[in-house]
Amino acid sequence: MKASLPMSNSSTVATDNRKRVLQFLGKHGILLAFLLCMMIFSLTTDRFLSTGNLLTVLMQVSILGTIALGVTFVVIGGNLDLSVGSLLSFATVLVVDLHDKVGPTQAIVLTIVFTLIIGAINGTLVGYLKLNSLIVTLGMLSAIQGITLIYTSGQNVDIQDQENTWFAFFGREAIFGIPVPAIIFIGLAIILQVVLLKTAFGRKVFAIGGNGVAAAFSGIYRNRMVFSTYLLSAFTTACAAIILGSRVMGSQNNVGQGYELQVLAGVILGGTSLLGGSGSIMRTVIGILILGFIQNGLLLLGYPYYAQWLVTWVVIILAVWLDIAAKRGRLLNDF
Amino acid sequence: MHAFIQSVKRQPIWLFIIACIIFFSFSNEYFFAVNNFQNILVQTSTIGLIALGMTFVMINGNIDLSVGSTVALAASLAVGLQGALGIPMAVVIGLGAGVLIGAINGLIVWKTGVDAFIVTLGAMIGVRGLVFVYTEEQSFYASNFAYSDFGMSSIFSLPVLALIFIALTIVAHILLKYTLHGRNVYAVGGNRKAAIEAGIKVGPHMLINFMLIGFMAALSGILLSTQMGASTPNLGRDYELWTITAVVLGGTRLNGGAGTIIGTLGGVLAIGILRNGMNLMQVPSFYVLVIMGSILITVLFLDKRLNVTASKGVQI
Repeated sequence: MKASLPMSNSSTVATDNRKRVLQFLGKHGILLAFLLCMMIFSLTTDRFLSTGNLLTVLMQVSILGTIALGVTFVVIGGNLDLSVGSLLSFATVLVVDLHDKVGPTQAIVLTIVFTLIIGAINGTLVGYLKLNSLIVTLGMLSAIQGITLIYTSGQNVDIQDQENTWFAFFGREAIFGIPVPAIIFIGLAIILQVVLLKTAFGRKVFAIGGNGVAAAFSGIYRNRMVFSTYLLSAFTTACAAIILGSRVMGSQNNVGQGYELQVLAGVILGGTSLLGGSGSIMRTVIGILILGFIQNGLLLLGYPYYAQWLVTWVVIILAVWLDIAAKRGRLLNDF
Repeated sequence: MHAFIQSVKRQPIWLFIIACIIFFSFSNEYFFAVNNFQNILVQTSTIGLIALGMTFVMINGNIDLSVGSTVALAASLAVGLQGALGIPMAVVIGLGAGVLIGAINGLIVWKTGVDAFIVTLGAMIGVRGLVFVYTEEQSFYASNFAYSDFGMSSIFSLPVLALIFIALTIVAHILLKYTLHGRNVYAVGGNRKAAIEAGIKVGPHMLINFMLIGFMAALSGILLSTQMGASTPNLGRDYELWTITAVVLGGTRLNGGAGTIIGTLGGVLAIGILRNGMNLMQVPSFYVLVIMGSILITVLFLDKRLNVTASKGVQI
């Protein structure tokens, strides 16, 4: 704005340019990081950029990614969901255990129902009782883990006849060479992206996260919307559990431990603001894929698996920093 | 009487503790014994020390998710280096590493303006990576028995670990309640803009609190490793969640601006007593998880209902 004035000197032009660069980086930084990531790994390893390897990455991130889709809705709505890790353990244990007891179809249906019930509890506490989402889902994290352990009596569960069940379809098979987990992940991502951008539901989620008061005056029921976002994150967690159960054909009772923060890392990396009101499914998918490519690329380069954690640390903070700096127009805070 | 009701409203957790003590004393003969209370203090000191630091950070309106990883880093360094450098030097390096991680977190929060939740979430993942890089996935054992003896030792028949916890609780209470730094903790958490206007150097102030919690997490990790005479790279997983649970049970607000060390002590003891009591009653530890989760949500619910008038005044 100052550049249009005739008396603008070189220093304001410089700051304006810097602002523009920052804004560009803030808006497209995540895509650039994604491409940079791909380029570095393609140039440094010869196996990275092959269809087989890319499909492997897609399959590896599918569980984390599927959960992240639902969590994105919760976060855009201005809340957090830390219970998804425990919920994943719960749902995976349930689907695997019920598989042998009542059959695969019933197991899947029951798992989705029970997971949705827990999602509804989250949604009631945060939506209707207006309790702080971080603490509620932290409490639920602990409670659900306890319920899972009580249900299994501390034992791990597995499916007896692993060869002859069509349940293997979700985690172990492929259609036209594409692994089914990847298809579920990408399919759900496309559907939910459409829901988020093209439906009234999606717009309302943005509205309650962006400005709850304004949303209320526009006649949007915040409570009901928050409730629905938790149902959604429970549903995608159930889908992830079905993939996981089917792939492993068994489950440890704490299999999802730590997933909640990994998922959040992916969502944040995609640029969804923790304050709510902004974000997109597409970007979450990219955030999750970056995490996956970092892991895969570093392994191909011969680094141990924990090297990815160090890189993730730097990448997450850089990504969010750029995003904030772009909005602020400056790199550093001034207090 | 009015003052009593007010203090109960503010810290319902102490009522819960009294109820727990009465309940467990009647249902188990071993619970109400000096010996057992010493046990509880030692068991809770690990989470308790971190919770003291977390109280400062959370009243500030920040949060620190990296404490669990810092616990592992400090413990691994203290145990891993003592063969080459001697115990005192190794412990100093372990504590120093904790302070350094806190300083990095604080500096990033200060300079970049990225939310502490995200900064420390990153650090939680990254510091765990550092631990694995350093230990190469190995557990370390303290070859010098003086190290593990310290964790078992007592002064005047009080366990040293419990004494350290009590002493630091008192120090933290005084620091928070009676010093300039302590008052600033509330000022920054209550209204950051006003604090800046009032001339408080908010950035450096938050940096100090992050270094404080880094130190406490490191100390907690080192004391934990003296108890076991060993360190594992996965030490301290989920500690951040337990610590936050304890601090919130103690009445500290997530949004910042309110909370006390006495409350945090209550939160820590509540968890410790519940675990210990149910353990003595031979209830499987699974149920403790469910009960803890339910209590956390109930406390949050009660806090909202009981303090509804108080909080309305502040809300915009």
